Amino acid sequence: MRHTLSVLVSNHPGVLTRVSGLFARRGFNIESLSVNSTENPDTSRMTIVVEGDVAALEQIRKQIHKLVEVIKVYDHTEESVVERELALIKVSVETRNRNEIMQITDIFRGKIVDVSDKAFVVEITGSEDKINAIEQLFRPFGIKEIVRTGKIVLARGSKNTE
Amino acid sequence: MKINGARILIESLRREGVEVIFGYPGGVVLPIYDALYDVEGIRHILVRHEQGAVHAADGYARATGCVGVCLATSGPGACNLVSGIATAHMDSIPLVAITGQVKTTALGKDSFQEADVTGIMMPIVKHNFLVKDVRDLARTVKEAFHIASTGRPGPVVIDLPTDVCSATMEFSYPEKINMPGYKPYYEGHPMQIKNAARLIKKAKQPIILAGGGVVAAGASAELTKLARLTGIPVATSLMGKGVFPEDDPLSLGMLGMHGTAYSNYAVHEADLLIVIGARFDDRVTGRLDTFAPNASVIHIDIDPAEIGKSVAVDVPIVGDARNILQTLLEEVKPMEITAWRERIDEWRRQYPLSYGCDGTDGIKPQAIIETIHRLTEGKAIITTEVGQNQMWAAQFYKASRPRQFISSGGLGTMGYGLPAAIGAQIACPDDIVFDIAGDGSIQMNIQEMATAVSNKLPIKIAILNNGYLGMVRQWQQLFYDRRYSHTDIGYTNPDFIKLAEAYGAMGIRVQTPEEVEPALQRALECTDIPCIIDFIVAREENVMPMIPAGGSIDKMMVD
Ligand SMILES: Cc1cc2nc3c(=O)[nH]c(=O)nc-3n(C[C@H](O)[C@H](O)[C@H](O)COP(=O)(O)OP(=O)(O)OC[C@H]3O[C@@H](n4cnc5c(N)ncnc54)[C@H](O)[C@@H]3O)c2cc1C
Ligand SMILES: Cc1ncc(C[n+]2csc(CCOP(=O)(O)OP(=O)(O)O)c2C)c(N)n1
Ligand SMILES: [Mg+2]
Repeated sequence: MRHTLSVLVSNHPGVLTRVSGLFARRGFNIESLSVNSTENPDTSRMTIVVEGDVAALEQIRKQIHKLVEVIKVYDHTEESVVERELALIKVSVETRNRNEIMQITDIFRGKIVDVSDKAFVVEITGSEDKINAIEQLFRPFGIKEIVRTGKIVLARGSKNTE
Repeated sequence: MKINGARILIESLRREGVEVIFGYPGGVVLPIYDALYDVEGIRHILVRHEQGAVHAADGYARATGCVGVCLATSGPGACNLVSGIATAHMDSIPLVAITGQVKTTALGKDSFQEADVTGIMMPIVKHNFLVKDVRDLARTVKEAFHIASTGRPGPVVIDLPTDVCSATMEFSYPEKINMPGYKPYYEGHPMQIKNAARLIKKAKQPIILAGGGVVAAGASAELTKLARLTGIPVATSLMGKGVFPEDDPLSLGMLGMHGTAYSNYAVHEADLLIVIGARFDDRVTGRLDTFAPNASVIHIDIDPAEIGKSVAVDVPIVGDARNILQTLLEEVKPMEITAWRERIDEWRRQYPLSYGCDGTDGIKPQAIIETIHRLTEGKAIITTEVGQNQMWAAQFYKASRPRQFISSGGLGTMGYGLPAAIGAQIACPDDIVFDIAGDGSIQMNIQEMATAVSNKLPIKIAILNNGYLGMVRQWQQLFYDRRYSHTDIGYTNPDFIKLAEAYGAMGIRVQTPEEVEPALQRALECTDIPCIIDFIVAREENVMPMIPAGGSIDKMMVD
């Protein structure tokens, strides 16, 4: 099962290595990872997507929590969250399909952020599924390059992400 | 007055109550050694290899419960600490290791004697620091000692660039610690303690399994009370040896791979396991799905990550064993479990710890341990090397108090025993300290003889010389059809007597059973130099009982 973890850490050099090293050492493969500053300059938030059964995840969660620089660990798997990824997709364009690509981008509420005679760069945010879907639709035109951020999440509602 | 980083370090160590540092100098730690030159109140023990320093600091910590401190230079010096740091990490021993580092501006440039010590140590420490600014130094030392000694103890490494040691500032030692991510749990949950008491009350065949966490918690007295009040028998892990007096009728000795048959049978038949400060190591459980198949489990541990890691638990209690046992003691009563104890005593009679005494094939190593036990009235501090020597020491030296039996359990580091004995003897100058050694292991840190001699430490090194890497040979005998591949070291072993004498120590060779006791007597009379006793023992003696790795109790061999 896939799990999305939020790890709140002290903003120290090396903390990313500590957390990712622990995953590797204990046999977990990180599928995606994003690290960002938070509303508090002393802390950063890591959003980590990993695959593993519930017991294994519980164990890794506790091991991560033991790291001195880790303040909190949440597993969002069972929670209602807002989740987003951002992708930039460089798709090949020709005169005859230019409109179709613009329409798809519109439907997905994406933005064309760079235009040249042979390619567009499309910016798209949303859930992983949504980005997968637009990627599928662009594929027949020829995707030259794609870059995706890791997933970021926040709990829904007024409570904090925990 | 401004002082430099090196002096700030020393002053901070003094504030932490450090009395002894085990170390070895080098280029980038010159400022620290300069500060140590005329320091008062801190003793520096010069070892002969950095691995000796870290094991000695570890032995010191295990003997006292205080944080052990060692010091090494950058690059090669720091790398020589690795085995020792990992040893302390596996056994949850509080250490602070200080490593010199190249100057901050040279970091990351493959500078002379630079190694990425932060990266190398990360997986084998409780925490580590790289100090890049002298203003962070005192706070870092304070945090390091706090982390090493609280919660589940462990080693902490401070990597200290040489320019930070030379930089100067006003010294002030912080009073408070602010680490939002570090909050060990000490109090057990009252509901869970009540649940545990309820389970105990219902049990017909309970066993207590006590481990190294009882040593760390200083909960030996509470544990002993609990056992004697309820009448529940106690087995210990290797790391728990001594937390319950092994001559008590309720003691089952050590359990596990080389534990007593009766402790393993008792665990197998138990309907309740009360596990206190032990982590269900695979040397203890063997095959997990056949371990204690009928038992409910109460698990008391300070580390939440240990709960449910290998064995499913019915009542987890996270917190300090001493606190928890104090509360639990108020909830329990004497139990009606005489039948259960009689059953165990029957196993005890049927499968005692024993060894053949036919006297045909030389001295029995087990008999040597028993003689050492008798002559030291069971009061000596025992350190061990690793292998058969270690297991015989664990089986036959009955411990009566915690911190008496000092051994590398989790990592099983050969070469641990001699430096650990040095650390223990420095910590406890009035105790008799024995290193129970193997002829293979002793050669891994033999250079520390010079440290022992130069500090006039009267440690006794009892080499159980079987001319083999005996424990490995035993496995080859049992599981590899006696193909003794590269384990016979007998022909090329040095003359340990000459070796002792070369270092300025005493050496005694013992070749017959009659010589054992007089030789030990002579060693015990030796009070200002170390003494090596080279016992030529039965070469192919095996450690029994034995449950093969990953096996269950029906695979137990008894002889
Ligand atoms: C050749 C060889 C053979 C071995 N054979 C055996 C064998 O037959 N039997 C055996 O038992 N071992 C054997 N060992 C040792 C084994 O590998 C483990 O080191 C040992 O079993 C671990 O002991 P422990 O479970 O008590 O854990 P430790 O490693 O001592 O861990 C202590 C536990 O207590 C917890 N703790 C710490 N502080 C506190 C506190 N204040 N309150 C509560 N909990 C706390 C920790 O979180 C941890 O979970 C052998 C080792 C070697 C090298
Ligand atoms: C540093 C290290 N290397 C290798 C091993 C594997 N090992 C475990 S026991 C052992 C043999 C030890 O021989 P010796 O010290 O003579 O002890 P004996 O078993 O003969 O009593 C070996 C090689 C180890 N535990 N540690
Ligand atoms: Mg040997």
